[in-house]
Amino acid sequence: MTRALWVLAVLLSHWRRHKMQFATLLIGLIAATALWSGVQAINQQARNAYDRAAATFGGARTAMLVAPNAATFPQELFIKLRRAGWPVSPVLEGRVQINGRSVRLLGIEPVTLPVDVGNAPRLGAADLSSFVSPPGQTLVARETLRGLQEAEGAAPAISSGARLPPLRIQPQLAPDVLVVDIGVAQRLLSKPDQVSRLLIGKPRGKPAPLASVVGEQLELIEPNAETELERLTDSFHLNLTAFGLLSFFVGLFIVNSAVGLAFEQRLPMLRTLRACGASARLVNTVLVIELVALALVAGLIGLACGYFIAAALLPDVAASLRGLYGAQIPGQLSLRPEWWLAGIGISVAGALVAAATSLIKAIRMPVLATAQPGAWQQRQRRWLILQSCAACGAFAVALLLFYYGQSLIAGFGVLAALMFGAALILPALLDIILLVGQRLARGPLALWFWADSRQQLSGLSLALMALLLALAVNVGVSSMVETFSRTFIGWLNGRLAADVYISASDNAQGVAIRNWLKDRSDVQAILSGGRAEAQVQGQPVELLGLPDHALYRERWPLLDTAPRAWTRLVPGNAAFISEQLSRRLNVQIGDVVEVPAPGGSWELDIVGIYADYGNPRGQLTVNVAALIRQFPQTPQTRIGLIVARENIPGLIAALQKQFGLDDRSVADQATVKAESIRIFNRTFAVTSALNAFTLGVAGIALLTSLLTLANSRLPQLAPLWAIGLTRPRLASIELTKTLSVALFTALLAVPLGLLVAWCLIAIVNVKAFGWRLPFHVFPLQLVELVVVALLASLVAALLPILRLARMQPAALVKVFANER
Amino acid sequence: MLSIRNLSKTFSSAGEPVHVLRGVDLDLGAGERVALTGESGSGKSTLLHLIAGLDAADGGSIRLGDAEVTTLSDAGRASLRRDRIGLVFQQFNLIPSLSVADNLAFQARIAGRHDAAWTKELVERLGLGSLLKRYPEQISGGQQQRVAIGRALATKPALLLADEPTGNLDEATAEEVLALARDLVARTGCGFLMVTHSLHLAATLDRHLTLHAGRIS
Repeated sequence: MTRALWVLAVLLSHWRRHKMQFATLLIGLIAATALWSGVQAINQQARNAYDRAAATFGGARTAMLVAPNAATFPQELFIKLRRAGWPVSPVLEGRVQINGRSVRLLGIEPVTLPVDVGNAPRLGAADLSSFVSPPGQTLVARETLRGLQEAEGAAPAISSGARLPPLRIQPQLAPDVLVVDIGVAQRLLSKPDQVSRLLIGKPRGKPAPLASVVGEQLELIEPNAETELERLTDSFHLNLTAFGLLSFFVGLFIVNSAVGLAFEQRLPMLRTLRACGASARLVNTVLVIELVALALVAGLIGLACGYFIAAALLPDVAASLRGLYGAQIPGQLSLRPEWWLAGIGISVAGALVAAATSLIKAIRMPVLATAQPGAWQQRQRRWLILQSCAACGAFAVALLLFYYGQSLIAGFGVLAALMFGAALILPALLDIILLVGQRLARGPLALWFWADSRQQLSGLSLALMALLLALAVNVGVSSMVETFSRTFIGWLNGRLAADVYISASDNAQGVAIRNWLKDRSDVQAILSGGRAEAQVQGQPVELLGLPDHALYRERWPLLDTAPRAWTRLVPGNAAFISEQLSRRLNVQIGDVVEVPAPGGSWELDIVGIYADYGNPRGQLTVNVAALIRQFPQTPQTRIGLIVARENIPGLIAALQKQFGLDDRSVADQATVKAESIRIFNRTFAVTSALNAFTLGVAGIALLTSLLTLANSRLPQLAPLWAIGLTRPRLASIELTKTLSVALFTALLAVPLGLLVAWCLIAIVNVKAFGWRLPFHVFPLQLVELVVVALLASLVAALLPILRLARMQPAALVKVFANER
Repeated sequence: MLSIRNLSKTFSSAGEPVHVLRGVDLDLGAGERVALTGESGSGKSTLLHLIAGLDAADGGSIRLGDAEVTTLSDAGRASLRRDRIGLVFQQFNLIPSLSVADNLAFQARIAGRHDAAWTKELVERLGLGSLLKRYPEQISGGQQQRVAIGRALATKPALLLADEPTGNLDEATAEEVLALARDLVARTGCGFLMVTHSLHLAATLDRHLTLHAGRIS
């Protein structure tokens, strides 16, 4: 034991003398752990929220009975089923507005509520009495209470003027949900004796068949392992995970570089240890212990940093998920112990993977092996050939996945294999470029410049690979975001055809508003729309009803149409289909889609395909009159108006005054557009932040590689100094060399980045969201990135170069003093 | 104490076998000081490495006390070096990240045989008292070699092996360092086998052997 401690002390003493190298190793591990754990924290937080939502009285994880074609059904069905032995419990769901904020209101019947329904509030005997007895209680999550700006015990009023029972905090509840007794809910939602669904508990005996009790009035919905929200948000989280993984690997590049260099520097020490009688097993064991200990320390610091990164990014992620998918994610982090353990685990595993080559070398190291500086060219050639072969293998995997992969994971697989292959082949490409330079060089100094750059390649290659990956991802993601941004804004201009949008609280108000608008001379046209929900081939589909108006014919963003498409829409037997739904259902123009409607099957000829960016659900667009005929329950509350621009503010003010509409219920086109663009920008804010982090980590990788290489460069530079090159001249040559290889890397990153952008647009986006964007190249953006890469390299190279420029002659003379 | 019989070692160079040692016989008693000279590439260092168990012989036997070095495992050879052999190299091979004091005590500590009084005596005899807190790169070559000798003798080994210990030193320093080594060897009573190119230094030891064409003459 003492022996092991002494060996450990000796190994650790290396770091005391090489503080920068030690810092590099820790920074690499910390960065890798922090970025990976940060992303995982965000994903875990979101998944916890989905779980809470799914477990809220009849989410996707509970078996339930619902009416096939209606939002609610009579309460008497519940009584019939209970009498027939069905362990059902009624739930009524609706939305109410409190202090201008819309929240879900759930009415439950606590006595019959099955005990195994998710995380239903555990109401004790005393609580149960308070919950059901007047005035009752409104259960609410802490964050919802904060959002409503109410205190516990308050009884806020809803938009109709009725008051909720006093609020009581129930931490297990999903955000934006209020739970009350079902009787209270029926009164507040004005749905007396109505029920939205019946939750099913575990039956004690065998109840009577469902059809024999309620006929076809109710249908059974089996619980799903994956909720719809989880399915919809999968791609978003996969995207985040991919970024986390990329950052993790870039961090590991730093660790690999630091451990590799430390190993090379410690070779004489390891041999001396062996010569002094420390066995190979002891030395190797202590090397692993040292690495694991460092990984544990760095892992803990990394986790703390990861927590702060997640906390900083979470508000944007939550806003994106709310904007894109309607998912409610609490803005405050609460992490499980598994996250901490997994973070430490990933740090240790990452350190061991990054140090694997060095550890294997140490294990296989013969005690008498000596360095072979003369053979570097042969070794480098062998290494380049091996890496190039591995790169070709990775490209082959990318091709196979591209042709045969069907899933989103396969899409990311194409990207990963492509980038891995590109990183592996980079040193070979750089070597070829430098060799060409060497062949073309005239004069001894130029020859040395190129030859020495080639020799330096093996030491710098990992950092350059990290730089290549970070730049390629930057080019790829920036091109994709810019393409998306331009396409989205163009699409929004077409989609938001009306000048003013009104959302009435109910049909009666909708009729009143329309009648009032008819008498106004400043309104050029009233465009009444509607939306209904249906299931097509087992998928939830939104049916959008549009009026027949020239404005839509001119502006609606159709990607492909049949002849006379708009005219064929009017009778009601044709539809446009959104791009993502057409891909999901594999439907083309000329095909027929059957939509189950309350009156029977509704057959629709597909006469157009349109872009519907940002909508995770599939959508069919039909004539609004036909929609109301087929789905009579369709709320007729959505109204668009065509109004001259100068009349918009006056009209909105008049509407608000006349009907008490708030800003959410009436808005002009500019406001709706601004809100959509805000959601769009927030969605990509996280991507941009992770993008910047990755580039930063790559910059650190380059800096640390250059710093650690700086000392081992002295034997190469000292002879040049001895033959008359000044130190500033040497420093400027070194700087030129670093900037040259960085420039070559950045130039190689541009085509790779464009390939990444194409993969994101043509593979990942299509598989994740179902829409394909046109591919554009933005030359200015590419030039900017190359300049950023050069600046990052300049900053990274500056410190070692300044050190060299200021180096005392004595330090350079030492090279000869130690020469043997 | 050290008995070598019919020791052979062959290397491969550019695909051709090079017979470095062709049946070396050597005996070295306790307290005996022997110099080994020979041309460059004659196998002097190889012989030292085989005795120390740093490399494996192709044939023959090396017996150190009751241990047969050629049949020992890696761990056994490490244990032998740790407990019974002191090694001094031309390149000093000090641990650059340890101070002089730590370098001196290093091998004795990992062997679990650290003797503070003996280390103190070594420090005095080697004249390292004022250098204990310095690091190897902060002292001269002669001083570094004195530290290396001190490290090798700190365990009071049965055999001290020195591979051209004065090769990197000027003549005066070389003589001074060797005198110290001789003095300390006499003090500990260990055997001393030194590889050197210097016939002058070789003459200062008890016996002078020459390695030629893979055999000792």
